[in-house]
Amino acid sequence: MMVTHIQDGFIRITEIGGIDHRILPGQPVVVHGREDLPGVVVQPPGFLLPDSVSDGPIEMKYLLVDVGLPPEEVLEKVRIGDTVSYAQEPLELTGEALAGHTLDNRVSVAATTLCLEALQNRNHNWDVWAVASAQEEETLGGALTSPFEIRPDIAIVIDVCFAKGPGSSDWQSLPFGEGVGLGYGPNIHPALFDAFEKKAKALEIPYHRDLMPKMSGTDAMAVQIVAEGIPCAVLGIPLRYMHTPVETVSLKDIRRAGRLMAAFIADLDDTTLDKINWEE
Amino acid sequence: MTKNSELTANKGFDIGEQQIELLEKLCNATAVSGDEHEVRQIVLAEIKSFADEIEVDALGNVLAKRFGSGENRVRVMLAAHMDEIGFMIVKKHDDNLFQFERVGGIDERQLPGKAVLVGRDHLAGVIGAKPIHMTTADERMKKIPVDALRIDLGPEIGDKVKPGDRATFATRFKLHGPSILAKALDDRFGVSMLIELLKHPPANIDLLTAFTVQEEVGLRGARVAAYKFNPDMAIAVDSTPAYDLPHWDEEDENVQYNTHLDAGPAIYVMDRATIADRRLVNLFTRAAEAEGIPYQYRQPGGGGTDAGVIHKTRAGIPSISVSVPSRYAHSAIGLARIEDWENTLRLLHAALSRVTPDLLAGERRG
Repeated sequence: MMVTHIQDGFIRITEIGGIDHRILPGQPVVVHGREDLPGVVVQPPGFLLPDSVSDGPIEMKYLLVDVGLPPEEVLEKVRIGDTVSYAQEPLELTGEALAGHTLDNRVSVAATTLCLEALQNRNHNWDVWAVASAQEEETLGGALTSPFEIRPDIAIVIDVCFAKGPGSSDWQSLPFGEGVGLGYGPNIHPALFDAFEKKAKALEIPYHRDLMPKMSGTDAMAVQIVAEGIPCAVLGIPLRYMHTPVETVSLKDIRRAGRLMAAFIADLDDTTLDKINWEE
Repeated sequence: MTKNSELTANKGFDIGEQQIELLEKLCNATAVSGDEHEVRQIVLAEIKSFADEIEVDALGNVLAKRFGSGENRVRVMLAAHMDEIGFMIVKKHDDNLFQFERVGGIDERQLPGKAVLVGRDHLAGVIGAKPIHMTTADERMKKIPVDALRIDLGPEIGDKVKPGDRATFATRFKLHGPSILAKALDDRFGVSMLIELLKHPPANIDLLTAFTVQEEVGLRGARVAAYKFNPDMAIAVDSTPAYDLPHWDEEDENVQYNTHLDAGPAIYVMDRATIADRRLVNLFTRAAEAEGIPYQYRQPGGGGTDAGVIHKTRAGIPSISVSVPSRYAHSAIGLARIEDWENTLRLLHAALSRVTPDLLAGERRG
């Protein structure tokens, strides 16, 4: 979120990335002003809102952030354009589940780290660049610019995908904690999908085909069209309650994703590129 | 005339590290209406060396007396409720997710995307929400009904949670600048102040403290506590909303603020349940003015406290409420000022120190 206005010591905000305004009232946040200020998102009482909104969900423009400081101190420390982030502490749930904010997409950074650790003890012919990309949630900017200099032969994009849970039960969602997602659709080169599927089967790593009929909603949308085009695979870690401060993920799936990625990379050799083709 | 020694004694009512530590413990405890066990244990441990008589009654109220010295002591009841709003688990679904009901007045718009603690073991859980990617613009204009929400404690929760278990928001106590951010300030403020008064009681009265149960679901504990004590007068010590937020249209003034932060203790004249005894309103006003303690009158209107049932118990008990103003009660995070809390404690002590039999000798006016 970003600060748009300061009114009587209260802060008004707008979103960065997709946020359902209905999850905001009562959320702990940090306002990144001249110093970090803990605060809370406030839903003002109905009589302070226009009649049209008082009973329903409150749009973000009517919400306030309270940092518990006198108005003059807020004006000193907070400027329009300062960012506001979630402050929900991470929670360990049962069955190696973890809940917290921004697990989309820090869990993939964790899985990539596991992959790199595994590769330290294995021979691999191919060079590997790990990219933690910027601005995916707004512009895909980091994923458009980072492959340009690296100019990789292939790219593995790792991101979270939808896990089955309350309000999320249809074909778009994969079972929670029961394996990784292998993206399947136009952003993904089918030969890479096949290779990943084969590897997962060989290692007995549980996986589900994650159908992405039009687009993957990941950095692959950008990476795929950099320069003369880059074949992409999309690896998914199922996550519940995406874009809320209580996103929930299974540590098992993070480990599975790291292990699968490392095994896939270790297998790449001088014959691989020829196999990434459009011959059925 | 107030003696200088009394003035000095009042100045002793500072909120220090010890008081803050106790409030933190009280706020972080779970005591949803009907299951006040955790707070009751803290209260009993705190007061056992100070009270002259302690009893836990049939409903679970803690009733503690501390007798004054001297002649003609007025018997003054102070009530603060131990319970807080929260949830009860009502059903386990096949997918290891739990349906829940609200206990007490909670706006359903405060629920999605929150962390909670379930049961006596404070097991961590979350109330999730559908990913925004799967919602439509129309859907986002409608509230998410409670029935559609679940508490998720992870896939291997097994039988560790069962229907009937209580849950609260997982918010942990935090200080920031002049403010406290915590859950359940309503009414752990009151509980903390009653404990403090038992430790440092005014000598001129018999102090009858009731740490009450089930306030949030119908003022049940306070009624039987008042019957038992049969006091000469009663004060409900609570926390009341400060709606001192700006109007969305900057041209409009907020005239329904109820109370303001930084304006001191809120003295009640009238709420939905009680018309305060004017003699007691005057007592508090004069005590505040004599001691130079800031105070405000809570705007007359809705809401209610334990005084709502106390004043109608037996043949009637002269009653009033005094509250610490705080923002965002009945949500995950309340916000209040340390100084308002301190001034409320000072005012209570100052007013109690001025209670004499004469106060109630005349007829009630207003």
